[in-house]
Amino acid sequence: MSRGVFPADRAGVAGAVVLAVAALVALAAPLLVPADALDVTRVSDAAWQPPGAGHWLGTDHTGRSVALLVVRGTGTSLFVGLTAAVLSVGIGTLVGILSGHVGGLFSGALLRVTDFFLVLPSLVLAIALSTVLPRGLGTIVVAIGLTSWPSTARMVRAQTLTVEARPFVDRARALGGGHVHVVVRHVLPAVVPLVLVNATLAVASSIVAESTLAFLGLGDPTRISWGALLHQAQLHGAVPRGAWWFLLPPGLAIVVVVLAFTLVGRALEAVVTPRG
Amino acid sequence: MRLAGRFGGAALSLVMVAVLGFFLFRVVPGDPVVSMTRGRPTTAAAQDALRAQFGLDRPLHEQFWSYFTGLLRGDLGTSFTFRRPVAEVIGDRIGPTLLLVGTSTLVAVLLGLWLGVRAGWRRGSVFDRVTTGASLALWSVPTFWLGMLLMMATGEVFPSRGMRDTDTAPDFVSQSLDVAHHLVLPSVTLVAVVCAEYVLVMRSSLLQETAAPYLVTARAKGLRDDLVRRRHAVPNAVLPAITLVFLRFGLVVGGAITTETVFSWPGLGLLFYDALTGPDYFLLQGLLVVTAAAVVVMNLLADLLHGVLDPRVEVV
Repeated sequence: MSRGVFPADRAGVAGAVVLAVAALVALAAPLLVPADALDVTRVSDAAWQPPGAGHWLGTDHTGRSVALLVVRGTGTSLFVGLTAAVLSVGIGTLVGILSGHVGGLFSGALLRVTDFFLVLPSLVLAIALSTVLPRGLGTIVVAIGLTSWPSTARMVRAQTLTVEARPFVDRARALGGGHVHVVVRHVLPAVVPLVLVNATLAVASSIVAESTLAFLGLGDPTRISWGALLHQAQLHGAVPRGAWWFLLPPGLAIVVVVLAFTLVGRALEAVVTPRG
Repeated sequence: MRLAGRFGGAALSLVMVAVLGFFLFRVVPGDPVVSMTRGRPTTAAAQDALRAQFGLDRPLHEQFWSYFTGLLRGDLGTSFTFRRPVAEVIGDRIGPTLLLVGTSTLVAVLLGLWLGVRAGWRRGSVFDRVTTGASLALWSVPTFWLGMLLMMATGEVFPSRGMRDTDTAPDFVSQSLDVAHHLVLPSVTLVAVVCAEYVLVMRSSLLQETAAPYLVTARAKGLRDDLVRRRHAVPNAVLPAITLVFLRFGLVVGGAITTETVFSWPGLGLLFYDALTGPDYFLLQGLLVVTAAAVVVMNLLADLLHGVLDPRVEVV
Protein backbone atom coordinates (compact mmCIF):
# COMPACT_ATOMS: atom_id res chain seq x y z
CA MET A 1 0.00 0.00 0.00
CA SER A 2 2.64 2.43 1.03
CA ARG A 3 4.37 2.12 -2.34
CA GLY A 4 1.34 3.25 -4.28
CA VAL A 5 0.44 6.38 -2.33
CA PHE A 6 3.48 8.60 -2.69
CA PRO A 7 3.58 8.97 -6.50
CA ALA A 8 -0.10 9.92 -6.39
CA ASP A 9 0.77 12.99 -4.34
CA ARG A 10 1.75 15.41 -7.09
CA ALA A 11 2.90 18.11 -4.66
CA GLY A 12 5.18 15.60 -2.95
CA VAL A 13 6.69 14.48 -6.26
CA ALA A 14 7.24 18.11 -7.32
CA GLY A 15 9.01 18.70 -3.99
CA ALA A 16 11.23 15.66 -4.49
CA VAL A 17 12.20 16.86 -7.98
CA VAL A 18 13.07 20.33 -6.65
CA LEU A 19 15.23 18.77 -3.92
CA ALA A 20 17.06 16.58 -6.43
CA VAL A 21 17.85 19.67 -8.54
CA ALA A 22 18.99 21.62 -5.46
CA ALA A 23 21.27 18.76 -4.41
CA LEU A 24 22.79 18.64 -7.91
CA VAL A 25 23.36 22.40 -7.88
CA ALA A 26 25.02 22.17 -4.46
CA LEU A 27 27.31 19.33 -5.58
CA ALA A 28 28.17 20.94 -8.91
CA ALA A 29 28.68 24.43 -7.44
CA PRO A 30 32.51 24.16 -7.35
CA LEU A 31 32.42 23.32 -11.09
CA LEU A 32 29.80 25.95 -12.00
CA VAL A 33 31.42 28.80 -10.11
CA PRO A 34 35.06 29.66 -10.90
CA ALA A 35 37.02 30.12 -7.65
CA ASP A 36 37.97 33.76 -8.27
CA ALA A 37 34.56 34.87 -9.56
CA LEU A 38 33.40 35.44 -5.97
CA ASP A 39 36.67 36.84 -4.63
CA VAL A 40 35.98 40.46 -3.71
CA THR A 41 39.60 41.48 -4.40
CA ARG A 42 39.60 40.07 -7.95
CA VAL A 43 36.18 41.10 -9.18
CA SER A 44 36.37 44.06 -11.52
CA ASP A 45 32.70 44.49 -12.48
CA ALA A 46 30.66 47.49 -11.34
CA ALA A 47 28.67 47.18 -8.12
CA TRP A 48 24.83 47.18 -8.03
CA GLN A 49 24.36 46.36 -11.71
CA PRO A 50 20.77 45.43 -12.53
CA PRO A 51 20.19 42.17 -14.39
CA GLY A 52 21.49 42.39 -17.93
CA ALA A 53 23.69 40.85 -20.56
CA GLY A 54 26.84 40.50 -18.43
CA HIS A 55 25.18 39.18 -15.29
CA TRP A 56 21.74 37.73 -15.76
CA LEU A 57 20.87 38.36 -12.08
CA GLY A 58 22.89 41.55 -11.63
CA THR A 59 25.70 42.22 -9.17
CA ASP A 60 25.95 42.85 -5.43
CA HIS A 61 27.59 45.73 -3.52
CA THR A 62 31.08 44.49 -4.48
CA GLY A 63 30.35 43.68 -8.12
CA ARG A 64 30.02 39.92 -7.65
CA SER A 65 27.39 38.06 -9.67
CA VAL A 66 24.24 37.43 -7.62
CA ALA A 67 23.46 34.29 -9.65
CA LEU A 68 26.82 32.74 -8.80
CA LEU A 69 26.48 33.76 -5.13
CA VAL A 70 23.10 32.03 -4.86
CA VAL A 71 24.47 28.88 -6.54
CA ARG A 72 27.43 28.94 -4.16
CA GLY A 73 25.17 29.39 -1.13
CA THR A 74 23.07 26.31 -1.92
CA GLY A 75 25.57 23.90 -0.39
CA THR A 76 25.90 25.78 2.91
CA SER A 77 22.16 26.15 3.40
CA LEU A 78 21.45 22.50 2.55
CA PHE A 79 24.36 21.27 4.69
CA VAL A 80 23.27 23.22 7.77
CA GLY A 81 19.63 22.24 7.24
CA LEU A 82 20.43 18.52 6.93
CA THR A 83 22.99 18.25 9.76
CA ALA A 84 20.92 20.35 12.18
CA ALA A 85 17.87 18.21 11.38
CA VAL A 86 19.85 14.99 11.97
CA LEU A 87 21.15 16.33 15.30
CA SER A 88 17.72 17.55 16.39
CA VAL A 89 15.84 14.41 15.36
CA GLY A 90 18.63 12.22 16.79
CA ILE A 91 18.40 13.84 20.22
CA GLY A 92 14.60 13.80 20.03
CA THR A 93 14.48 10.09 19.16
CA LEU A 94 16.92 9.17 21.93
CA VAL A 95 15.09 11.20 24.58
CA GLY A 96 11.70 9.99 23.34
CA ILE A 97 12.58 6.29 23.39
CA LEU A 98 14.32 6.60 26.77
CA SER A 99 11.44 8.43 28.42
CA GLY A 100 8.90 6.05 26.87
CA HIS A 101 10.80 2.85 27.60
CA VAL A 102 12.46 3.32 30.99
CA GLY A 103 9.51 4.59 33.02
CA GLY A 104 9.48 5.76 36.62
CA LEU A 105 11.04 8.86 38.06
CA PHE A 106 13.64 9.06 35.27
CA SER A 107 10.94 9.22 32.59
CA GLY A 108 9.02 11.81 34.57
CA ALA A 109 12.11 14.01 34.78
CA LEU A 110 12.89 13.60 31.05
CA LEU A 111 9.29 14.44 30.16
CA ARG A 112 9.42 17.53 32.37
CA VAL A 113 12.61 18.74 30.64
CA THR A 114 11.13 17.97 27.20
CA ASP A 115 7.97 19.93 27.94
CA PHE A 116 10.05 22.79 29.30
CA PHE A 117 12.08 23.09 26.10
CA LEU A 118 8.99 22.50 23.97
CA VAL A 119 7.36 25.74 25.05
CA LEU A 120 10.49 27.93 25.09
CA PRO A 121 10.89 30.06 21.96
CA SER A 122 13.51 28.01 20.09
CA LEU A 123 14.72 30.94 18.00
CA VAL A 124 15.48 32.96 21.14
CA LEU A 125 17.49 30.06 22.58
CA ALA A 126 19.29 29.48 19.28
CA ILE A 127 20.22 33.18 19.14
CA ALA A 128 21.54 33.06 22.71
CA LEU A 129 23.60 29.93 21.99
CA SER A 130 25.11 31.24 18.78
CA THR A 131 25.98 34.53 20.48
CA VAL A 132 27.98 32.91 23.29
CA LEU A 133 29.67 30.21 21.16
CA PRO A 134 32.43 31.07 18.65
CA ARG A 135 31.13 31.94 15.15
CA GLY A 136 31.10 29.05 12.70
CA LEU A 137 29.00 26.51 10.83
CA GLY A 138 29.31 24.06 13.73
CA THR A 139 27.85 26.62 16.13
CA ILE A 140 24.84 27.22 13.88
CA VAL A 141 24.20 23.48 13.56
CA VAL A 142 24.49 22.99 17.34
CA ALA A 143 22.34 26.03 18.12
CA ILE A 144 19.52 24.84 15.85
CA GLY A 145 19.84 21.14 16.72
CA LEU A 146 19.94 21.65 20.49
CA THR A 147 16.86 23.88 20.51
CA SER A 148 14.47 22.07 18.15
CA TRP A 149 14.41 18.43 19.37
CA PRO A 150 11.46 18.47 21.85
CA SER A 151 8.60 17.95 19.36
CA THR A 152 10.33 14.84 17.98
CA ALA A 153 10.88 13.58 21.53
CA ARG A 154 7.18 14.01 22.38
CA MET A 155 6.08 12.15 19.27
CA VAL A 156 8.61 9.31 19.62
CA ARG A 157 7.69 8.90 23.29
CA ALA A 158 4.00 8.56 22.43
CA GLN A 159 4.77 5.97 19.74
CA THR A 160 7.09 4.05 22.12
CA LEU A 161 4.38 3.91 24.77
CA THR A 162 1.83 2.69 22.20
CA VAL A 163 4.09 -0.07 20.92
CA GLU A 164 5.15 -1.24 24.37
CA ALA A 165 1.53 -1.60 25.43
CA ARG A 166 0.96 -4.15 22.65
CA PRO A 167 0.78 -7.86 23.57
CA PHE A 168 3.65 -8.93 21.33
CA VAL A 169 6.06 -6.85 23.40
CA ASP A 170 4.83 -8.53 26.58
CA ARG A 171 5.39 -11.85 24.84
CA ALA A 172 8.93 -10.87 23.85
CA ARG A 173 9.64 -9.90 27.45
CA ALA A 174 8.16 -13.14 28.77
CA LEU A 175 10.44 -15.06 26.41
CA GLY A 176 13.43 -13.35 28.02
CA GLY A 177 13.92 -10.36 25.67
CA GLY A 178 15.94 -7.67 27.46
CA HIS A 179 15.76 -3.85 27.10
CA VAL A 180 18.04 -3.84 24.08
CA HIS A 181 16.01 -6.54 22.34
CA VAL A 182 12.70 -4.78 22.93
CA VAL A 183 13.97 -1.37 21.86
CA VAL A 184 15.92 -2.54 18.80
CA ARG A 185 13.54 -5.21 17.49
CA HIS A 186 10.16 -3.79 18.43
CA VAL A 187 10.24 -0.09 19.29
CA LEU A 188 12.68 1.17 16.65
CA PRO A 189 10.92 -0.36 13.62
CA ALA A 190 7.68 1.28 14.75
CA VAL A 191 9.35 4.63 15.37
CA VAL A 192 11.55 4.93 12.28
CA PRO A 193 8.85 5.93 9.73
CA LEU A 194 7.60 8.75 11.98
CA VAL A 195 11.16 9.84 12.63
CA LEU A 196 11.86 10.05 8.90
CA VAL A 197 8.80 12.25 8.36
CA ASN A 198 9.84 14.45 11.24
CA ALA A 199 13.39 14.69 9.95
CA THR A 200 12.17 15.88 6.54
CA LEU A 201 10.04 18.61 8.13
CA ALA A 202 12.92 19.46 10.50
CA VAL A 203 15.21 20.16 7.52
CA ALA A 204 12.68 22.74 6.32
CA SER A 205 12.54 24.58 9.63
CA SER A 206 16.33 24.28 10.12
CA ILE A 207 16.97 26.01 6.79
CA VAL A 208 14.67 28.88 7.82
CA ALA A 209 16.40 29.02 11.23
CA GLU A 210 19.83 29.09 9.58
CA SER A 211 18.80 31.95 7.31
CA THR A 212 17.41 33.87 10.31
CA LEU A 213 20.59 33.43 12.38
CA ALA A 214 22.75 34.37 9.39
CA PHE A 215 20.53 37.40 8.71
CA LEU A 216 21.08 38.58 12.30
CA GLY A 217 24.84 38.38 11.65
CA LEU A 218 25.39 35.23 13.71
CA GLY A 219 26.47 33.05 10.77
CA ASP A 220 29.90 31.89 9.70
CA PRO A 221 31.49 35.04 8.21
CA THR A 222 33.70 32.97 5.88
CA ARG A 223 30.85 31.07 4.20
CA ILE A 224 28.27 32.14 1.65
CA SER A 225 24.74 31.08 2.54
CA TRP A 226 21.35 32.40 1.43
CA GLY A 227 20.76 33.97 4.82
CA ALA A 228 24.22 35.54 4.80
CA LEU A 229 23.50 37.09 1.37
CA LEU A 230 20.31 38.67 2.75
CA HIS A 231 22.33 39.93 5.72
CA GLN A 232 24.69 41.63 3.25
CA ALA A 233 21.73 43.00 1.30
CA GLN A 234 20.27 44.55 4.47
CA LEU A 235 23.67 45.81 5.71
CA HIS A 236 24.56 47.54 2.43
CA GLY A 237 21.12 49.04 1.82
CA ALA A 238 19.74 46.95 -1.01
CA VAL A 239 16.19 48.02 -0.02
CA PRO A 240 16.66 51.82 -0.19
CA ARG A 241 18.63 51.36 -3.43
CA GLY A 242 15.77 49.35 -4.90
CA ALA A 243 18.21 46.52 -5.72
CA TRP A 244 15.50 43.85 -5.98
CA TRP A 245 17.87 41.58 -7.88
CA PHE A 246 20.02 41.18 -4.75
CA LEU A 247 17.00 40.63 -2.49
CA LEU A 248 14.76 38.29 -4.49
CA PRO A 249 17.03 35.39 -5.60
CA PRO A 250 18.40 34.28 -2.18
CA GLY A 251 14.96 34.59 -0.54
CA LEU A 252 13.20 32.72 -3.35
CA ALA A 253 15.83 29.99 -3.11
CA ILE A 254 15.04 29.58 0.60
CA VAL A 255 11.27 29.54 0.01
CA VAL A 256 11.45 27.01 -2.85
CA VAL A 257 13.74 24.56 -1.02
CA VAL A 258 11.91 24.88 2.32
CA LEU A 259 8.55 24.41 0.59
CA ALA A 260 9.94 21.36 -1.22
CA PHE A 261 11.04 19.75 2.06
CA THR A 262 7.64 20.57 3.60
CA LEU A 263 5.71 19.06 0.69
CA VAL A 264 7.84 15.89 0.69
CA GLY A 265 7.43 15.67 4.48
CA ARG A 266 3.64 15.98 4.23
CA ALA A 267 3.50 13.39 1.43
CA LEU A 268 5.55 10.96 3.56
CA GLU A 269 3.31 11.73 6.53
CA ALA A 270 0.24 10.78 4.50
CA VAL A 271 1.91 7.45 3.67
CA VAL A 272 3.01 6.71 7.23
CA THR A 273 -0.17 7.77 9.02
CA PRO A 274 -3.05 7.34 6.56
CA ARG A 275 -6.11 9.42 7.37
CA GLY A 276 -9.63 9.17 6.01
CA MET B 1 -5.61 20.10 43.62
CA ARG B 2 -5.11 19.77 39.87
CA LEU B 3 -5.00 23.54 39.63
CA ALA B 4 -2.26 23.59 42.28
CA GLY B 5 -0.32 21.09 40.17
CA ARG B 6 -0.58 23.38 37.13
CA PHE B 7 0.69 26.38 39.07
CA GLY B 8 3.42 24.27 40.66
CA GLY B 9 4.53 23.07 37.21
CA ALA B 10 4.64 26.64 35.90
CA ALA B 11 6.63 27.75 38.96
CA LEU B 12 9.12 24.93 38.40
CA SER B 13 9.43 25.99 34.74
CA LEU B 14 10.17 29.56 35.82
CA VAL B 15 12.96 28.31 38.11
CA MET B 16 14.33 26.27 35.20
CA VAL B 17 14.23 29.40 33.02
CA ALA B 18 16.30 31.23 35.64
CA VAL B 19 18.84 28.38 35.90
CA LEU B 20 19.09 28.11 32.12
CA GLY B 21 19.65 31.85 31.77
CA PHE B 22 22.45 31.75 34.31
CA PHE B 23 24.37 28.74 33.02
CA LEU B 24 23.99 29.56 29.32
CA PHE B 25 26.03 32.71 29.84
CA ARG B 26 28.46 31.43 32.51
CA VAL B 27 29.49 27.93 31.50
CA VAL B 28 30.17 28.77 27.86
CA PRO B 29 33.79 28.98 26.71
CA GLY B 30 35.54 32.34 26.80
CA ASP B 31 35.63 35.26 29.16
CA PRO B 32 32.49 37.42 28.89
CA VAL B 33 34.42 40.57 29.77
CA VAL B 34 36.96 39.93 27.01
CA SER B 35 34.27 39.44 24.35
CA MET B 36 32.17 42.37 25.58
CA THR B 37 35.15 44.73 25.41
CA ARG B 38 36.39 43.38 22.06
CA GLY B 39 37.22 46.18 19.67
CA ARG B 40 37.35 48.80 22.43
CA PRO B 41 40.57 50.07 23.97
CA THR B 42 40.78 48.55 27.47
CA THR B 43 43.51 47.81 29.96
CA ALA B 44 43.84 44.67 32.09
CA ALA B 45 43.02 46.77 35.15
CA ALA B 46 39.82 48.07 33.54
CA GLN B 47 38.80 44.51 32.69
CA ASP B 48 39.41 43.44 36.31
CA ALA B 49 37.28 46.35 37.47
CA LEU B 50 34.49 45.21 35.14
CA ARG B 51 34.76 41.64 36.42
CA ALA B 52 34.45 42.92 39.98
CA GLN B 53 31.51 45.17 39.01
CA PHE B 54 29.61 42.28 37.40
CA GLY B 55 30.66 39.89 40.21
CA LEU B 56 32.43 37.60 37.74
CA ASP B 57 35.48 37.27 40.04
CA ARG B 58 33.46 35.46 42.71
CA PRO B 59 32.89 31.69 42.86
CA LEU B 60 30.09 30.31 40.68
CA HIS B 61 27.73 29.39 43.52
CA GLU B 62 27.98 32.88 45.03
CA GLN B 63 27.30 34.39 41.59
CA PHE B 64 24.29 32.15 41.20
CA TRP B 65 22.91 33.03 44.63
CA SER B 66 23.18 36.77 44.10
CA TYR B 67 21.73 36.39 40.57
CA PHE B 68 18.83 34.31 41.81
CA THR B 69 17.94 36.49 44.80
CA GLY B 70 18.30 39.48 42.45
CA LEU B 71 15.75 37.94 40.07
CA LEU B 72 13.25 37.55 42.91
CA ARG B 73 13.64 41.26 43.65
CA GLY B 74 13.25 42.10 39.95
CA ASP B 75 16.97 42.90 39.57
CA LEU B 76 18.36 41.52 36.28
CA GLY B 77 21.86 42.97 36.60
CA THR B 78 23.42 45.89 34.75
CA SER B 79 23.57 46.31 30.98
CA PHE B 80 27.10 46.76 29.70
CA THR B 81 26.22 48.86 26.66
CA PHE B 82 23.46 50.97 28.21
CA ARG B 83 25.18 51.37 31.62
CA ARG B 84 21.75 51.05 33.22
CA PRO B 85 19.88 48.28 35.07
CA VAL B 86 18.73 45.62 32.60
CA ALA B 87 15.22 45.62 34.12
CA GLU B 88 14.88 49.36 33.37
CA VAL B 89 16.16 49.00 29.79
CA ILE B 90 13.71 46.14 29.15
CA GLY B 91 10.84 48.01 30.84
CA ASP B 92 11.31 50.97 28.46
CA ARG B 93 10.95 48.71 25.42
CA ILE B 94 8.00 46.53 26.46
CA GLY B 95 5.30 48.97 25.26
CA PRO B 96 6.12 48.98 21.53
CA THR B 97 6.48 45.18 21.50
CA LEU B 98 3.13 44.68 23.24
CA LEU B 99 1.53 46.99 20.67
CA LEU B 100 3.09 45.18 17.69
CA VAL B 101 2.67 41.62 19.00
CA GLY B 102 -0.82 42.28 20.40
CA THR B 103 -2.19 43.83 17.20
CA SER B 104 -0.59 41.22 14.98
CA THR B 105 -1.70 38.24 17.09
CA LEU B 106 -5.27 39.52 17.23
CA VAL B 107 -5.48 40.04 13.46
CA ALA B 108 -3.66 36.76 12.73
CA VAL B 109 -5.93 34.74 15.02
CA LEU B 110 -9.17 36.18 13.61
CA LEU B 111 -8.05 35.96 9.99
CA GLY B 112 -6.36 32.56 10.42
CA LEU B 113 -9.30 30.91 12.15
CA TRP B 114 -11.79 32.34 9.63
CA LEU B 115 -9.75 31.22 6.61
CA GLY B 116 -9.07 27.83 8.23
CA VAL B 117 -12.80 27.21 8.81
CA ARG B 118 -13.73 28.26 5.28
CA ALA B 119 -10.98 26.08 3.77
CA GLY B 120 -11.62 23.02 5.93
CA TRP B 121 -15.41 23.05 5.48
CA ARG B 122 -15.10 22.90 1.70
CA ARG B 123 -12.18 20.51 1.59
CA GLY B 124 -10.66 20.17 -1.86
CA SER B 125 -12.44 23.25 -3.26
CA VAL B 126 -10.56 25.96 -5.12
CA PHE B 127 -10.72 28.19 -2.03
CA ASP B 128 -9.27 25.40 0.11
CA ARG B 129 -6.46 24.64 -2.31
CA VAL B 130 -5.51 28.30 -2.72
CA THR B 131 -5.65 29.00 1.03
CA THR B 132 -3.72 25.87 2.00
CA GLY B 133 -1.15 26.39 -0.75
CA ALA B 134 -0.64 30.03 0.20
CA SER B 135 -0.33 29.10 3.88
CA LEU B 136 2.28 26.43 3.17
CA ALA B 137 4.21 28.87 1.00
CA LEU B 138 4.02 31.64 3.62
CA TRP B 139 5.06 29.16 6.31
CA SER B 140 8.25 28.61 4.27
CA VAL B 141 9.01 32.33 3.95
CA PRO B 142 11.62 33.74 6.33
CA THR B 143 9.94 36.57 8.27
CA PHE B 144 12.75 39.07 7.74
CA TRP B 145 12.78 38.54 3.99
CA LEU B 146 9.04 39.13 3.71
CA GLY B 147 9.55 42.36 5.67
CA MET B 148 12.29 43.54 3.33
CA LEU B 149 10.15 42.71 0.28
CA LEU B 150 7.15 44.62 1.66
CA MET B 151 9.38 47.57 2.42
CA MET B 152 10.74 47.61 -1.11
CA ALA B 153 7.37 46.99 -2.79
CA THR B 154 5.50 49.78 -0.96
CA GLY B 155 8.28 52.31 -1.44
CA GLU B 156 7.41 55.57 0.31
CA VAL B 157 3.74 54.79 1.04
CA PHE B 158 4.39 53.54 4.55
CA PRO B 159 7.23 54.56 6.84
CA SER B 160 9.67 51.70 7.26
CA ARG B 161 11.84 52.80 10.15
CA GLY B 162 10.98 53.36 13.81
CA MET B 163 7.68 54.03 15.50
CA ARG B 164 7.01 57.77 15.09
CA ASP B 165 8.32 60.75 13.14
CA THR B 166 10.02 63.54 15.05
CA ASP B 167 8.02 66.29 13.31
CA THR B 168 4.54 64.99 14.16
CA ALA B 169 2.27 67.36 16.11
CA PRO B 170 2.35 66.56 19.85
CA ASP B 171 -1.41 66.11 20.30
CA PHE B 172 -2.77 62.63 21.03
CA VAL B 173 -4.67 62.10 17.77
CA SER B 174 -1.76 63.01 15.46
CA GLN B 175 0.64 60.93 17.54
CA SER B 176 -1.67 57.88 17.48
CA LEU B 177 -2.21 58.16 13.74
CA ASP B 178 1.55 58.44 13.22
CA VAL B 179 2.22 55.31 15.30
CA ALA B 180 -0.57 53.43 13.47
CA HIS B 181 0.97 54.49 10.15
CA HIS B 182 4.35 53.14 11.26
CA LEU B 183 2.71 49.97 12.57
CA VAL B 184 1.31 48.89 9.17
CA LEU B 185 4.33 47.21 7.58
CA PRO B 186 5.73 45.44 10.67
CA SER B 187 2.32 44.09 11.67
CA VAL B 188 1.46 42.94 8.13
CA THR B 189 4.77 41.05 8.09
CA LEU B 190 4.15 39.39 11.43
CA VAL B 191 0.50 38.61 10.61
CA ALA B 192 1.37 36.98 7.26
CA VAL B 193 3.85 34.55 8.80
CA VAL B 194 1.96 33.71 11.99
CA CYS B 195 -1.45 33.54 10.31
CA ALA B 196 -0.30 30.75 7.97
CA GLU B 197 0.25 28.48 10.95
CA TYR B 198 -3.19 29.25 12.40
CA VAL B 199 -4.92 28.55 9.07
CA LEU B 200 -3.35 25.10 8.86
CA VAL B 201 -4.11 24.31 12.52
CA MET B 202 -7.74 25.45 12.28
CA ARG B 203 -8.27 23.60 9.01
CA SER B 204 -7.00 20.26 10.30
CA SER B 205 -8.90 20.75 13.55
CA LEU B 206 -12.15 21.27 11.61
CA LEU B 207 -11.38 18.30 9.32
CA GLN B 208 -11.23 16.05 12.37
CA GLU B 209 -14.76 17.13 13.28
CA THR B 210 -16.35 16.75 9.83
CA ALA B 211 -16.78 13.00 10.18
CA ALA B 212 -18.28 13.24 13.68
CA PRO B 213 -21.71 11.59 14.21
CA TYR B 214 -23.20 14.72 15.82
CA LEU B 215 -22.89 16.52 12.49
CA VAL B 216 -24.91 13.78 10.81
CA THR B 217 -27.53 14.27 13.53
CA ALA B 218 -27.50 18.03 13.01
CA ARG B 219 -27.98 17.60 9.27
CA ALA B 220 -30.69 14.97 9.83
CA LYS B 221 -32.57 17.54 11.89
CA GLY B 222 -32.75 19.53 8.69
CA LEU B 223 -30.34 22.31 9.65
CA ARG B 224 -28.89 24.32 6.83
CA ASP B 225 -25.23 23.59 6.04
CA ASP B 226 -24.31 27.06 7.24
CA LEU B 227 -25.88 26.45 10.66
CA VAL B 228 -24.30 23.01 11.00
CA ARG B 229 -20.95 24.67 10.50
CA ARG B 230 -21.50 27.70 12.73
CA ARG B 231 -23.40 26.15 15.64
CA HIS B 232 -21.99 22.61 15.74
CA ALA B 233 -18.67 22.02 14.00
CA VAL B 234 -16.84 25.28 14.63
CA PRO B 235 -17.42 25.56 18.41
CA ASN B 236 -15.89 22.11 18.88
CA ALA B 237 -13.06 22.54 16.39
CA VAL B 238 -12.04 25.99 17.60
CA LEU B 239 -11.05 24.81 21.09
CA PRO B 240 -7.86 22.92 20.23
CA ALA B 241 -7.00 25.67 17.74
CA ILE B 242 -7.25 28.40 20.38
CA THR B 243 -5.10 26.38 22.78
CA LEU B 244 -2.51 26.02 20.05
CA VAL B 245 -2.56 29.77 19.52
CA PHE B 246 -1.37 30.19 23.10
CA LEU B 247 1.06 27.26 22.90
CA ARG B 248 2.74 28.65 19.79
CA PHE B 249 3.29 32.03 21.43
CA GLY B 250 7.04 31.31 21.24
CA LEU B 251 6.72 31.47 17.45
CA VAL B 252 5.34 35.01 17.63
CA VAL B 253 8.20 36.01 19.92
CA GLY B 254 10.73 34.69 17.39
CA GLY B 255 8.95 36.50 14.55
CA ALA B 256 8.92 39.75 16.54
CA ILE B 257 12.72 39.71 16.88
CA THR B 258 13.36 39.65 13.14
CA THR B 259 10.44 41.94 12.26
CA GLU B 260 11.55 44.60 14.75
CA THR B 261 15.12 44.30 13.48
CA VAL B 262 14.10 44.83 9.85
CA PHE B 263 11.82 47.80 10.62
CA SER B 264 13.85 49.27 13.52
CA TRP B 265 10.70 49.02 15.66
CA PRO B 266 11.93 50.17 19.09
CA GLY B 267 10.77 47.14 21.10
CA LEU B 268 12.28 44.10 22.81
CA GLY B 269 13.12 42.43 19.49
CA LEU B 270 15.32 45.29 18.39
CA LEU B 271 16.83 45.31 21.88
CA PHE B 272 17.64 41.62 21.37
CA TYR B 273 19.46 42.52 18.17
CA ASP B 274 21.37 45.31 19.93
CA ALA B 275 22.27 42.89 22.75
CA LEU B 276 23.60 40.21 20.42
CA THR B 277 25.62 42.60 18.29
CA GLY B 278 27.30 44.04 21.42
CA PRO B 279 27.46 41.38 22.70
CA ASP B 280 25.90 42.48 25.97
CA TYR B 281 25.57 39.22 27.90
CA PHE B 282 23.66 40.59 30.88
CA LEU B 283 21.09 42.27 28.67
CA LEU B 284 20.79 39.10 26.58
CA GLN B 285 20.37 37.01 29.73
CA GLY B 286 17.68 39.37 31.01
CA LEU B 287 15.83 39.26 27.68
CA LEU B 288 16.04 35.47 27.56
CA VAL B 289 14.67 35.17 31.10
CA VAL B 290 11.86 37.70 30.51
CA THR B 291 10.68 36.26 27.15
CA ALA B 292 10.93 32.64 28.36
CA ALA B 293 9.00 33.53 31.52
CA ALA B 294 6.32 35.26 29.38
CA VAL B 295 5.97 32.12 27.26
CA VAL B 296 5.67 29.92 30.38
CA VAL B 297 2.91 32.19 31.70
CA MET B 298 1.09 32.10 28.33
CA ASN B 299 1.15 28.30 28.49
CA LEU B 300 -0.31 28.28 31.95
CA LEU B 301 -3.07 30.56 30.64
CA ALA B 302 -3.65 28.19 27.71
CA ASP B 303 -4.12 25.27 30.12
CA LEU B 304 -6.47 27.15 32.37
CA LEU B 305 -8.43 28.62 29.45
CA HIS B 306 -8.82 25.23 27.81
CA GLY B 307 -10.23 23.81 31.02
CA VAL B 308 -12.74 26.66 31.26
CA LEU B 309 -13.77 26.63 27.57
CA ASP B 310 -14.07 22.88 27.21
CA PRO B 311 -15.62 21.08 30.18
CA ARG B 312 -14.73 17.71 28.62
CA VAL B 313 -11.06 18.43 29.24
CA GLU B 314 -9.83 17.71 32.71
CA VAL B 315 -6.91 19.90 33.63
CA VAL B 316 -4.45 17.17 34.52
